[in-house]
This record gives sequence, structure tokens and C-alpha cells, in this order.
Amino acid sequence: MKIGICYTFVSAENKMLLDSAKERGVELERVIDGEAVLELSGNGHGPGAGEIDALVQRSVSYSRGLYLSYYYELAGTKVVNSYNAARICGDKMLCSLELAKAGIPTPKTYVSFVPESARSAASKLGFPLVMKPVVGSWARLVHRINDADALDAELESREEMGNHLQKIYYLQEHVNKPGRDIRALVVGEEVIAAVYRNSTQKSGWITNTSRGGLASKCEVTPELSELCLKAAGIVGEGIYGVDLMESEHGLLVHEINHAVEFRNSFQAMGVDVAGKMIDYLIKTAKN
Amino acid sequence: MEMAEAECPECAGKVGLEENTEIGWILSCKDCGARLEVNSANPPKLTVAPVVEEDWGE
Repeated sequence: MKIGICYTFVSAENKMLLDSAKERGVELERVIDGEAVLELSGNGHGPGAGEIDALVQRSVSYSRGLYLSYYYELAGTKVVNSYNAARICGDKMLCSLELAKAGIPTPKTYVSFVPESARSAASKLGFPLVMKPVVGSWARLVHRINDADALDAELESREEMGNHLQKIYYLQEHVNKPGRDIRALVVGEEVIAAVYRNSTQKSGWITNTSRGGLASKCEVTPELSELCLKAAGIVGEGIYGVDLMESEHGLLVHEINHAVEFRNSFQAMGVDVAGKMIDYLIKTAKN
Repeated sequence: MEMAEAECPECAGKVGLEENTEIGWILSCKDCGARLEVNSANPPKLTVAPVVEEDWGE
């Protein structure tokens, strides 16, 4: 049995995964995305591809991760999370659509492709609303739009950006949450832990811990567990961070993260996330 | 335990490397705060880590 890890850098999470594997007597094969030279015209088997039974995908780059996952899956490696799961989770429009289709409560959301249509979408939602890039993370360019002037400024800025994806306008209702949201960690068929991500003076209305939000323990209730497993189930079994908001009408799932970070929250609270991930990877490799 | 030192490419300060430091680790320079990537463990060599790109994240 051979298991591997694909990464860009040896981040704190990746160090923990490498160490946890070692503690279990397993040396992870390393696939460093920046060093990849993928021959597409040959048999499709690059270094290690086809020889690695299971690979945990930890590329910090969404694009590199997608391509490498596809490449390794074609060579017969089980990639956690799969190409298809990452493709859906990493694109907010696809993820919102899949959540809604599965009947999972999720915030009201519209997508438009030109500013005028985005204004029409905004009029359906009302202000304040939230705009997010369809691809991106760490709450970058996630903005609360309080009025039409702010919307115009946002749209004008986005139109000037070079990346075509910034011109896909994803507008979401602003959920009146209690100064926090929930990040639940799903490994296989279990919700192993959850945290509240509390907004702070530093993070403003945003709760993301990479922006200064503070994590505190959240009890995994049967309701939370059931909803998270249902949400994760739409993209297939794997390792996910499910984000939820506590609305006046109950829990809403707004994101599923496919390459979840855990150094500042779960691991710090004593949950052995890395160990559980490695155990899951070993189990996946054996199946 | 710090076993080796490398030079910060930004400020030429000394950056301590732990015994088990590996290529690909990300460090910070205590003097100037630069985010650095370990490019070679022996001899120790650091480069400025790439800036965050638009599709980076979790």
C-alpha cells in the first residue's frame, strides 16, 4: 500500500499530516505541485501516478490541485478529495447550485455575468447583500454591499480586473447571523468536530480565521451532524469543511471546503484532525 | 532546537533552521518579517516565498 500527499508548500497542516503518517509507520509519497512535469501524450503516468493507491490533495492552488487530481485519478489513484468534489466545492456557483438541488438549506443566491444584470439580481435580494468571487478563498474580495452606490463601486472595480472569473457576479442574501458562523469538519462518514468562527474587531463582519476571526468550540449536535453529512454527501465521501450560518429560520449551509485548513482551530483545541485524516486515507487506500 | 542558520534574502538577517527543516517549509524572518521558503536544507538556503495568488486557498 502506498499513500501520498500533494502539496505546494509544507504548511503547518502538511507537517502534521506527514508526522501523523510517520507515527503510523507510513511514509507519505510527496507530490510537490510546483515540481510537476506531466507528460500528457505518453501513458499518462507521471512520477508516482498509478503507483500511489491514495493521495491526499493539499495544493494551495485550486487550479494546480484540479489538474493534478484529474491526472492522478486517470492513472488509477484514489484522490481525496476527488477532482469532481474539488471542482464543485471550489466554485461557489456550482456549490450553491448543488446544495439547492439536494434540498439543503442555503442562502438565497444569484449569479449574473454583466453589471446591469447584477443590478437586477441585487434588486431581487435587497440591501445589504454579500458579493463573493466564484473562485477564491480566505474571504478575499468577499464584500458586504450596503447600498446601490457600493454595488456600483464593486461592479466597476471588478470590471477593471484582469481575471475573467472576477466578472462572474455572485450575489448572496446577507444572513443576519449572531456574529459568528460554524465550520464543521467531515472525515468520511463522521463529523469529527465543529467550531464557531467568531467575528472580531480585526475581522469586522467577516468570520474567517485567516482574517482574524476567532475559533471557539461548537457542539456537534445530531441536527448539525445530519446536515453536514448530507451536504458533504452531494460531492461524495471525503474530507470537507462545511460552513454554516445560524439564521432566524435555522441552519444554512453556505460553503463546502475541499482542502480544509485546521491549524488555528481544530488542532489547537486538541482534536487530532491530521491523525483522523491519515487513518481515513489509509482506509481509502486499502478499499 | 536550532541547528543551522540561513541568510534572509530580504534583509540579510540570520534565520534559524530547526534540525528537521525540509525543503518547502515556510518560515518568517524575525528581523524583517519576510515570508521565506526553504529551497535547500543542506546547505541551508532561503528564498522569498511566492505571493498569494488568486486561486490560492482552502
